[in-house]
Amino acid sequence: MDGKSDTLMLGTPELLAMYRDMVRIREFEEACPKLYSQGKIGGFLHLYSGQEAVGVGVAHAINNDDYMISAYREHGLAIARKVPVQAVMAELFGKATGVSKGKGGSMHMFDADRRFMGGYGIVGGHLPLAVGLGYSILYREGDEVVVCLFGDGATNQGVFHEAMNMAALYRVPVVFLCENNLYGIGTSVARASAVEELYKKSCAYETPGLRVDGMDVLAVYQAVHQAVQKARNGEGPTYIEARTYRYRGHSISDPGTYRSEQEKKIWKERDPIPAFADYLLREGQASKDVLAAIDEEEQKLIVEAIAFAEQSPDPDPEELWTDVYAP
Amino acid sequence: MPEITCREALNQALHEEMERDETVFLLGEDVGLYEGSFKVTKGLLAKFGDKRVIDTPISEAGIVGMACGAAMAGLRPIVELMTINFSIVALDQIMNHAAVARYMFGGQAAVPLTIRTPGGGGHQLGAQHSHSLEALFLHCPGLRVIVPSVPADAKGLLKSAIRSQDPVMFIEHEGLYAVKGEVPAGEYTIPLGRADIKREGRDLTLVTLSRMVYVCLEAAEELAKEGIEVEVLDLRALNPLDMKAVLDSVRKTRRAVTVEESWLTGGWGGEIAARIMEEAFDDLDAPVLRVGGADVPMPYNKALEKAAIPDAAVVVARVRELF
Repeated sequence: MDGKSDTLMLGTPELLAMYRDMVRIREFEEACPKLYSQGKIGGFLHLYSGQEAVGVGVAHAINNDDYMISAYREHGLAIARKVPVQAVMAELFGKATGVSKGKGGSMHMFDADRRFMGGYGIVGGHLPLAVGLGYSILYREGDEVVVCLFGDGATNQGVFHEAMNMAALYRVPVVFLCENNLYGIGTSVARASAVEELYKKSCAYETPGLRVDGMDVLAVYQAVHQAVQKARNGEGPTYIEARTYRYRGHSISDPGTYRSEQEKKIWKERDPIPAFADYLLREGQASKDVLAAIDEEEQKLIVEAIAFAEQSPDPDPEELWTDVYAP
Repeated sequence: MPEITCREALNQALHEEMERDETVFLLGEDVGLYEGSFKVTKGLLAKFGDKRVIDTPISEAGIVGMACGAAMAGLRPIVELMTINFSIVALDQIMNHAAVARYMFGGQAAVPLTIRTPGGGGHQLGAQHSHSLEALFLHCPGLRVIVPSVPADAKGLLKSAIRSQDPVMFIEHEGLYAVKGEVPAGEYTIPLGRADIKREGRDLTLVTLSRMVYVCLEAAEELAKEGIEVEVLDLRALNPLDMKAVLDSVRKTRRAVTVEESWLTGGWGGEIAARIMEEAFDDLDAPVLRVGGADVPMPYNKALEKAAIPDAAVVVARVRELF
């Protein structure tokens, strides 16, 4: 991160907003395990800690009317997309005020107003949906784009290849973003994919594939920004592999014993949040006091979100039967 | 009223709905240039162009998923899956995505998607192209399941399916495309989920749908010669399921037999029979019986295939057991 903000034309407010969003996600995610152990959050809980630079880099590189769609490790992505943290936390609590009315849970956040088109729990299953969202843009002759996020495991699914082929065939404005955190649950990429360089997997479809440092929010921003511009200009899809790391297990119940302490240490030394803080200080974009104030504000926001979720009502029992079909 | 085939009736519905609503578009394998494996999509590419009539690669999951995404963005895609067995390839997209999106996202997502697909046996196509899988989709909340028999119903129901805000499995029958029937001229629709009495009778109700309607009508003729007047109730849809029509008929006739081409075990006939038993047991003079396809993968040999699919003689024999 050397003087990148100049080339990216990002002003101080935008850079600080990126920092704030990453802190917000980290604070949110790190509050969750305790709430889970208290029984306030149920089901699966896939935390995003460590991967913040990817989601935040993406969210800042797209417009409000662009679409974002993702897999199930998506609390952080919803927050990056400016879904209110209260509604995200309330969803984890299963409350009526949750972003999906308490009927989706950790894996299924959706916010139509923000064009956050959902978290999906079938690995790779949402990739064809992204193609369809992209096709709807072409159909209406709009200039929006779709960013579709998924994990490394999705690249081994059949629909990954179907979606890649159809996206290239119809030249839909979709950016495919693989968050390669090196493991599909406990199986490393090397043990699951014949091609370890995942960015190469789009070559069969003549779709540009590139790799970016997923621990560097500006690098992600830059790569996505360029891909998005291409998509808007009618130049079709791009496939980006962001190399990143999740600091916690696959889900809350996974102690992550398949990863060495040494490996975890290396990636923690590359933590995207302190790295970006150092960059902002070095570039004179912020003082330590400014960053500390952001940290404090975000911690407070999460405390408030938890209180909001605690105090929110459960869904009405009648909600069991609503929204199966159109009213 | 003009007499046309099911194929023509479906084709008219597609033309009319695409003319009526610019958000309606069609995608599937060989639906454009080739005009569909069964020629149901004839003339559409020429009239509406390749933005609205999309020839896709052979990627059933990709096709249905793409349509689901487009539907979530407010378009009204119609997918043609060449054979209902291929819908199994896309089952994840149908059952895990299209069917659940509205509920799972707290009512924020709508999937106004119609999947047209032909099923049924009778053409010696063996065990991967001949089944009747409507019960599979009946099992899944969030889907509508429409299974027409006559051309007029096929047209009116397809138009309603396309206008529906829910994902619809619109299951045609390969053996019915060339069957003719009277179709009203001009614009009309048939609401989803209303059964239709195809023949009135007082002694027993045959609850059926799709090609088995014709088998039941043939059986009814035969039984009438013996003085047994059966009512043939064409469900036309399994979801919404018109149980009121079933119960009204059964309360009149006091006997019922379900007749389906799908595998008997786990078929929809068992569901109907159970509901009749739960809701109208005291009105029955006899137990509800079921007729269904043989519980085997469809054989190729002509005689074996014929034996796997119910015919009028089987229905007649089953009905006689109740008198």
